[in-house]
Amino acid sequence: MLQIDLWKRVLILLTCVVGLWLALPNAFYSRVEQSNDADTAIALGGETPELRAQADQWPGWMPSGLVNLGLDLRGGAHLLAEVQVQDVYEARMQAMWPDVRDALRPERATVGTIRLHPSPADELRIRISQPDGMPRALEVVRGLARPIQTLSGVGSNDLAVRGENDVIIVTLTEAERMASDDRTVQQALEIIRRRIDEVGTREPTIQRQGADRILIQVPGLGSANELKDIIGTTAQLTFNAVVSRTGDENAQPGVGNKLAPSLNEEGLFYVIETAPVVTGEELIDAQPAFDQDGRPAVNFRFNPSGGRKFGDYTAENIGSPFAIVLDDEVISAPVIQSHISGGSGIITGQFTVKESVDLAVLLRAGALPAGMEFLEERTIGPELGQDSIDAGRVATMVAFAAVLVFMFLSYGLFGLFANAALILNIAMIFGLLSLIGGTLTLPGIAGIVLTVGMAVDANVLVFERIREELKTARGPSRAIELGYEKALSAILDANVTTFITAVILFAMGSGPVRGFAITLGLGILTSVFTAIFVTRVMIVIWFERRRPKTIEV
Amino acid sequence: MRLRLVPKETSFDFFKRWKLWLGVSALLMVMAFGSFMVQGLNFGIDFRGGTTIRTESAQPVDVGAYRAAIDSLEVGDVSITEVFDPTFEDDQNVAMIRIQAQDGEEAVTSAMVVAVQSALQQVAPDIEFASVESVGPKVSGELIKTAVYAVVLAIGAVLIYIWLRFEWQFALGAVVALVHDVILTIGIFSEIQIKFDLAIIAALLTIVGYSLNDTVVVFDRVRENLRKYKKKSLAEVLNLSINETLSRTVMTSVTTLLALVSLFVLGGDVIRGFVFAMIWGVIIGTYSSVFVASSILLYLGVKRDWSKPDNTAGNQFANIDA
Repeated sequence: MLQIDLWKRVLILLTCVVGLWLALPNAFYSRVEQSNDADTAIALGGETPELRAQADQWPGWMPSGLVNLGLDLRGGAHLLAEVQVQDVYEARMQAMWPDVRDALRPERATVGTIRLHPSPADELRIRISQPDGMPRALEVVRGLARPIQTLSGVGSNDLAVRGENDVIIVTLTEAERMASDDRTVQQALEIIRRRIDEVGTREPTIQRQGADRILIQVPGLGSANELKDIIGTTAQLTFNAVVSRTGDENAQPGVGNKLAPSLNEEGLFYVIETAPVVTGEELIDAQPAFDQDGRPAVNFRFNPSGGRKFGDYTAENIGSPFAIVLDDEVISAPVIQSHISGGSGIITGQFTVKESVDLAVLLRAGALPAGMEFLEERTIGPELGQDSIDAGRVATMVAFAAVLVFMFLSYGLFGLFANAALILNIAMIFGLLSLIGGTLTLPGIAGIVLTVGMAVDANVLVFERIREELKTARGPSRAIELGYEKALSAILDANVTTFITAVILFAMGSGPVRGFAITLGLGILTSVFTAIFVTRVMIVIWFERRRPKTIEV
Repeated sequence: MRLRLVPKETSFDFFKRWKLWLGVSALLMVMAFGSFMVQGLNFGIDFRGGTTIRTESAQPVDVGAYRAAIDSLEVGDVSITEVFDPTFEDDQNVAMIRIQAQDGEEAVTSAMVVAVQSALQQVAPDIEFASVESVGPKVSGELIKTAVYAVVLAIGAVLIYIWLRFEWQFALGAVVALVHDVILTIGIFSEIQIKFDLAIIAALLTIVGYSLNDTVVVFDRVRENLRKYKKKSLAEVLNLSINETLSRTVMTSVTTLLALVSLFVLGGDVIRGFVFAMIWGVIIGTYSSVFVASSILLYLGVKRDWSKPDNTAGNQFANIDA
């Protein structure tokens, strides 16, 4: 007979209540959002009366999870960046040269003189004057290699060294390249996150995509260019030895050196050694400051190893200039006056106060380990997003009303049951979206509208089946029971197949498409739940009260 | 009094001309394919790279002036279309500008975009850029690949699911219907040259899901009736099953279409192409589950003896009468 255990009824009712409870904050979107923002601000920077008042707009014991609005609804900037991982190979190879030179120096008797040989960017070529000494030279250089600490690269070294006639060729091994790529992207991701956090915008999305890409989405930002300004500067700080100064931009710097323009003095170029003495990676702090003359400057401090290198270098090179180089431009090239120990120093140049603050931020956040190439840029204006929300809201309302009326006309009282379930259904989609922190996009709204249309399908299947069972006249209660029982297989098959496509869309899609997949998938779950359980409970309760002899569906 | 779109009892003969229906569908598919080969799809920047700029201004859009301003920058192929929509306000004049991917550039070219924006500001001082989207050719190629994978994967997954739950003939019938729907949808997009972008792929997959939904409901009934009426011919059983589920098929299609049409009219121009694809898909999907999937089933025939235990693959899953 038609009956549902009490505990099941309670469970179904509870599920519905929880769904509605979670969806509730979305009905007061801007108020809850302000309150949440104020809460975050209090947690970060302490309490002020205004913040407290804002936070109290929404009671703390209520759920405060909101559906995130996608960029296409809220407006903002979207970037897909590709990290130029091969940049790192070049830097690594350049940094190898002093080590190789120092290692081979004691072997001069066997290998002869050592000279840097012009080479492709990801290789280091060294020519020795006595080819007979090659086996010994290779042995020494190989001794510089270090084992790689990765799961896949067990037992392999980071350097591959081979000899060709009188030239030693050092490259990174394949395993080391993969490990290096991974580190580079992770590091870039971290640094981008820190830089965006320093600017302090709400809910940025910073995700790694595939092997060497990073997706950055920042809602509420004016344009993709603005976002690029925040993350695009590499801020690669190095300290290099200065070979000479020149006014000729076509000067030949010679092997192992490079030409870098001066940041402030037009037409002045420095020839500097390519391998840096110390790099910005060894900085542990940078703060805006003023120099003795009261001009804006940046104070910095090295970590112990950086401090030692810097100290040793300054001790050995008193009286000669060294260059402070930022992104291949020489900020300044002071002459070393004395041994600088303690690992701290000051960068002076012709900065404005703002520039010195920005530079300190960039140095603190760390340099991007490699350049970025932007593969995708999207800017959505907030007005367009608002227009889309408005249009979507109206369309959803109208779609909703049309379906409700149509269902009532077609199925009468049972149609009302289905309608109640449909309303609950939409609320539960929002509840679930808030719970999992899902993102609502414009196609996502379309997914909801589609759910409105399709959610009634499960009920329609049941109702049509009840109609059929009524024809065989075994009494209304039996007909309802059979209707649910027999429709179930069709409901499940139909929804599982749609769910499969939703899952595939979610897995393979990106951005808005993914938003659509989420609402579609959640819509399927909630619509099956409401159709199988909720309308059933409603019908059973109604039936128990009225005990009708005949029913019309 | 109830609203009934389909009479209480129907006994339409859907299979009197089943060969004709299959022929019509085959012809439509050939036409769709021909249109696709001849015209090709009007790919959006997601798939072929480039930049789109959506402009809004209070002054009417002067396409000629816009074009003159942009052409002077020599950025290659530019298309400018004015957008009209009932949801716009009176002083809201919208244009979509699409600029081809710049030659020899893997990444996006923001300098070009900035130049175009300032050129447009010369022509229409109050112009605002509601959205600017650039996709580099490197990504767009991958997006096409992923999209094709997604559609193929979805169809494959569905084939396997139906095979497990039913028989291979059902699976094949359903998949032919799906391929039919996908091809006809691509065909209509190439024929009337609506912009084909990533969202349309989502729509295609939804159509796959929806069409399947319909097909599965019919098949589910066919399976039930095959067990119930062992003496009837397959054509009779198919006909009966479709007639029995007709009311549901029409009801669901109508509710879905009601929702979609309101979105089409009121949802704004940004998603109109997407919604159009879905509306088309619902209509085609309903047609194909009755006329294509079932006709294929009739053509292939099915094993009728359900009483004996069956050792064919997957039958263990077919009897989950959940």
